[in-house]
Amino acid sequence: MSKEPVAVVGIGQTKHMAARRDVSIAGLVREAARAALDDAELTWAAVDAVVIGKAPDFFEGVMMPELYLADALGAVGKPMLRVHTAGSVGGSTALVAANLIAARVHGTVLTLAFEKQSESNAMWGLSLPIPFQQPLLAGAGGFFAPHVRAYMRRTGAPDHIGSLVAYKDRRNALKNPYAHLHEHDITLEKVRSSPMLWDPIRYSETCPSSDGACAMVLTDRAGAARAPRPPAWMLGGAMRSEPTLFAGKDFVSPRAGKDCAADVYRQAQIADPRRDIDAVEMYVPFSWYEPMWLENLGFADEGEGWKLTESGVTELDGDLPVNMSGGVLSTNPIGASGMIRFAEAALQVRGQAGEHQVDGARRVLGHAYGGGSQFFSMWLVGSERPNA
Amino acid sequence: MPEVLTAPLTVEFPFTRSLGPVQSAFLTGLRERVVLGVRTGDGRVLVPPVEYDPVTADEIRDLVEVAPTGTVTTWAWNHAPRRGQPLDTPFAWVLVRLDGADTALLHALDAPGPDAVHTGMRVRVRWAASREGAITDIACFEPYDGEQQQPGGHSGEFADAITGIVTPARLDYTYSPGRAQTAYLRALADRRTMGERCPSCRKVYVPPRGACPTCGVATTEQVEVGPAGTVTTFCIVNIKARNLDIEVPYVYAHIALDGAGLALHGRIGGIPYDQVRMGLRVEPVWTEGARHPDHYRPNGEPDAEYDTYKELL
Repeated sequence: MSKEPVAVVGIGQTKHMAARRDVSIAGLVREAARAALDDAELTWAAVDAVVIGKAPDFFEGVMMPELYLADALGAVGKPMLRVHTAGSVGGSTALVAANLIAARVHGTVLTLAFEKQSESNAMWGLSLPIPFQQPLLAGAGGFFAPHVRAYMRRTGAPDHIGSLVAYKDRRNALKNPYAHLHEHDITLEKVRSSPMLWDPIRYSETCPSSDGACAMVLTDRAGAARAPRPPAWMLGGAMRSEPTLFAGKDFVSPRAGKDCAADVYRQAQIADPRRDIDAVEMYVPFSWYEPMWLENLGFADEGEGWKLTESGVTELDGDLPVNMSGGVLSTNPIGASGMIRFAEAALQVRGQAGEHQVDGARRVLGHAYGGGSQFFSMWLVGSERPNA
Repeated sequence: MPEVLTAPLTVEFPFTRSLGPVQSAFLTGLRERVVLGVRTGDGRVLVPPVEYDPVTADEIRDLVEVAPTGTVTTWAWNHAPRRGQPLDTPFAWVLVRLDGADTALLHALDAPGPDAVHTGMRVRVRWAASREGAITDIACFEPYDGEQQQPGGHSGEFADAITGIVTPARLDYTYSPGRAQTAYLRALADRRTMGERCPSCRKVYVPPRGACPTCGVATTEQVEVGPAGTVTTFCIVNIKARNLDIEVPYVYAHIALDGAGLALHGRIGGIPYDQVRMGLRVEPVWTEGARHPDHYRPNGEPDAEYDTYKELL
């Protein structure tokens, strides 16, 4: 028996910002869930199950927060699942929800991811003082910066590519009312002259810390037929993982990322992603990861990704727009960041992306990664229902 | 087998919480010696209150004051109170249904012994002398055989309401790095770096983990690597870490020790930070009494060719 096609019929986000002191964690997730249900014109009763994701419990120090959030998400008496795959969790959470529909376990599933970084301490949560080990010397940026340098060495990419990405994403964010950073006076010069934190990564080339949540209502063909607005259809979805460190690991272009993309393209019958995919929302917490992932995801040959960025192909009006929403560089509620990529991809093919809409976007990729470049989750969504 | 190392690991952090409207009223009420519940769509009063109706999922905001007296619905004796618990003498954990509430609140009951506690017994709140808007404003419950006290009919509106709290969290572990890392750490004490070779792929893991994550087999063959190595890649850190006594800028590098199958991480010294480069040949610098090399410095050899380490990036 073939899989049930999966449709996105409701999308909701909070206005992401540095601190939402006016709401509890329950109040925050509720806002996104309510907005997604409103978009789908559904009530809580229409939801068969809830699938929720966030980054490590250590971040906010609430152990198993999904238990306390059941009331806020209308999950009492229904199945509720928690997914956890570090920074990629928002993407994996959506895929677990989608699989429940594809397998015809449930008809309509609410999926949601969040982080309240103002009430957490990610730096602390990720660098516990393990006995007998030397303390981590550099923080998250320090972890990724050497890999950026390795990318530059391997490809000969010029120094300014990272600044171009940040300048683009921050301008895109100005067109997205939900984005955290709205830097109205952003200039390329400001990005290029911002302090070098972890050389080769500058301050303006890093992501902010945000409070935010994102929710989607996923449903089957019958649910899609009742939907008030055009659905986005899942054309392919996959997850892959690999160890953080192993002999032979390619941090610049991890094997798990390549395999994950290949699986998605196979499911969606994409022969040439550069030609067949119209836009990408990818997980870029440090600007240089745009050209790195362009290669890892097969949009450019190895060593060529930075040329797409440099030539303007990834601009909002370019031939392959990347991070139309402003991306993780403009909004980073860690646990939600992956789901925001997936949701923004769906908004594009539904034609609901507002000012940052790409005209005629028919197939858009949502991508997330997490941990030490070890977890990957991706989906391709389209405006047309797949042939099932 | 030699003894495996262990050490205490304490994880401690003061988390902040934004309360939202319902928890804000509940905790502010405790500060004012008022216990608030919330009324659900079907008319029940939940104490402690929640923001969303467990039956209908509707937002609920109808706050109701309940009495500071109530009935124990179940309990368990705590023989040995731990750090941070409500009382430092043995006490009963109790669920108390306060008069006027339909659900029970978890707290401590101060009683002389388990024989003095029973389900159905009447208790009342013992307020803390100093209150700040926290569940600990109820110091504990105490046995009570007086009249049922009447709630005051408070609306839940307070001047100067508490909107956020700090909740310290602490976890105490006994950490062990395991057999392979213990051997590695013991060798470091003699200023030798010992890895373990995978019997299947022949790669040498430094530090060793006891298994090869690629092949999924145990590693047992001890192999000494280094002491010299090659800087495969690095970054220059310009922000000072709060708990780290290192002047910025400094170079944080990935160093592939000669013979190792993957790079380890360390600081580079003995060379201006802006002259560090990929391929630089380095050696460890030890300091007296330290478990790990303090940093690595150039060893004077010519730089390694890119092709010799590109697979280790």
